[in-house]
Amino acid sequence: MSDVKKVLFGPILANNPIALQILGICSALAVTSSLSVSLVMAIALTLVTAFSSFFIAIIRSHIPNSIRIIVQMIIIASLVIVVDQVLKAFAYEISKQLSVFVGLIITNCIVMGRAEAFAMKNGPVMSFVDGIGNGLGYSAMLIIVAFFRELLGAGKLFGVEIFATVQNGGWYQPNGLMLLPPSAFFVIGLVIWALRSYKKEQVEEPEFKIAANSRSQEAL
Amino acid sequence: MASSNDSIKKTIIVALSLCLVCSIFVAAAAVGLKPIQNTNKDLDRKRNILSAASMLEPGKSVDEIFKSVETRIVNLQTGQFATQEELQTAGINVATFDQQAAAKDPSLSVSLKGNDPAGIKRRSNFSAVYLVKSGDNIDRIILPVHGYGLWSTMYGFMALKNDFNTVIGFGFYDQAETPGLGGEVDNPNWKALWKGKKVYDDQGEAVIQLAKGGVDSSDPKAMYKVDGLSGATLTSRGVTHLVQYWLGQEGFGPFLSQLRSEGVQ
Repeated sequence: MSDVKKVLFGPILANNPIALQILGICSALAVTSSLSVSLVMAIALTLVTAFSSFFIAIIRSHIPNSIRIIVQMIIIASLVIVVDQVLKAFAYEISKQLSVFVGLIITNCIVMGRAEAFAMKNGPVMSFVDGIGNGLGYSAMLIIVAFFRELLGAGKLFGVEIFATVQNGGWYQPNGLMLLPPSAFFVIGLVIWALRSYKKEQVEEPEFKIAANSRSQEAL
Repeated sequence: MASSNDSIKKTIIVALSLCLVCSIFVAAAAVGLKPIQNTNKDLDRKRNILSAASMLEPGKSVDEIFKSVETRIVNLQTGQFATQEELQTAGINVATFDQQAAAKDPSLSVSLKGNDPAGIKRRSNFSAVYLVKSGDNIDRIILPVHGYGLWSTMYGFMALKNDFNTVIGFGFYDQAETPGLGGEVDNPNWKALWKGKKVYDDQGEAVIQLAKGGVDSSDPKAMYKVDGLSGATLTSRGVTHLVQYWLGQEGFGPFLSQLRSEGVQ
């Protein structure tokens, strides 16, 4: 039981795919300008990761090594197309906002990464749980980023006004940068900083050491 | 075990059967959900027509309001409403007319090679227009427009007052521009900027355009200009081109000037 718990909740803080493994940054930059879109993206990615890991784990002992990646991609791509079709049928407005990014789940490193690192070596149920867990880790990060971006960029949360903006006669001057993708880099960076200050073991060994101050002659 | 998996026979069997299962799965989802998706699309199109004409009312269903809208087909070459014979020769049914399909049919469209500011390659000879009448007079008219932005062809509607010059509303119902940048063409605040703008100058040229860096209200031409989208120069340029194209001489220009001078039968 504790194993399941570790696999399910580990990726949220201890082994977050975005914060620690720095995977799946692309979509985290693109879709986080509003909370509702991020939430749908998070759910879609969680489902795709879970089910793709599940199916890959079922057939893992039959997958020929030479076409292993292609097999994983086919399963992931099929699931993503199905998710895209379902969104178009039942959440038309949001599917329009997400546009190409649902399709781009196929290339999201988290899905592929979990299939390759976990589902190829573990049973279907565990892999499913692992997929959900990593999806949750991704979701948590996405929602944190979207929270700050929508609040500071538009003064809203889920489209509901929190800060009255100057344009609508209020006091809050929205920060337009927060609505642009680069701002997600700043937010993600700050979150990683906060997380590593809290969990010191996540701090990586420096790859090289900065030399002590050199004398001015050496610099010349 | 690993070696048996890696034999050529096993590899081909696994690849084929996986592809078969996945394609059945995907095809089933696509076909099974098609009717719901089409209803959504149709409802969305109607809602967009009504929203461009600012006719949406809370509490009333889209289909109900849409009953007051009359769909007509215009022959863009003559600038007149298409006659019964023209429609019959072209095999067009007003209710089911699909302009996107017509634009691909060589017998129903013209190639725009060499003169294609909107980036649409072919233009259908016929176009649907939507009329809202009060009594016998046109109250407002809604025109479908489309053109290429940065990544995608953007499809939208422009609603004009019965002077066939003043914009009531404008919006896209299908586009895949960069979310957050060009995708802001769907932003209601931006769409609201179009209201009251004039399309044609005194010479009858379609001059309405997006202005980079915003519109200076002291500009004497401010009524022909709308704020450009920040961070989306190419999308903004595409919007300017497509609006000028469709309302200009190659698009609805002759038809609208006809309406202006004669009124509608």
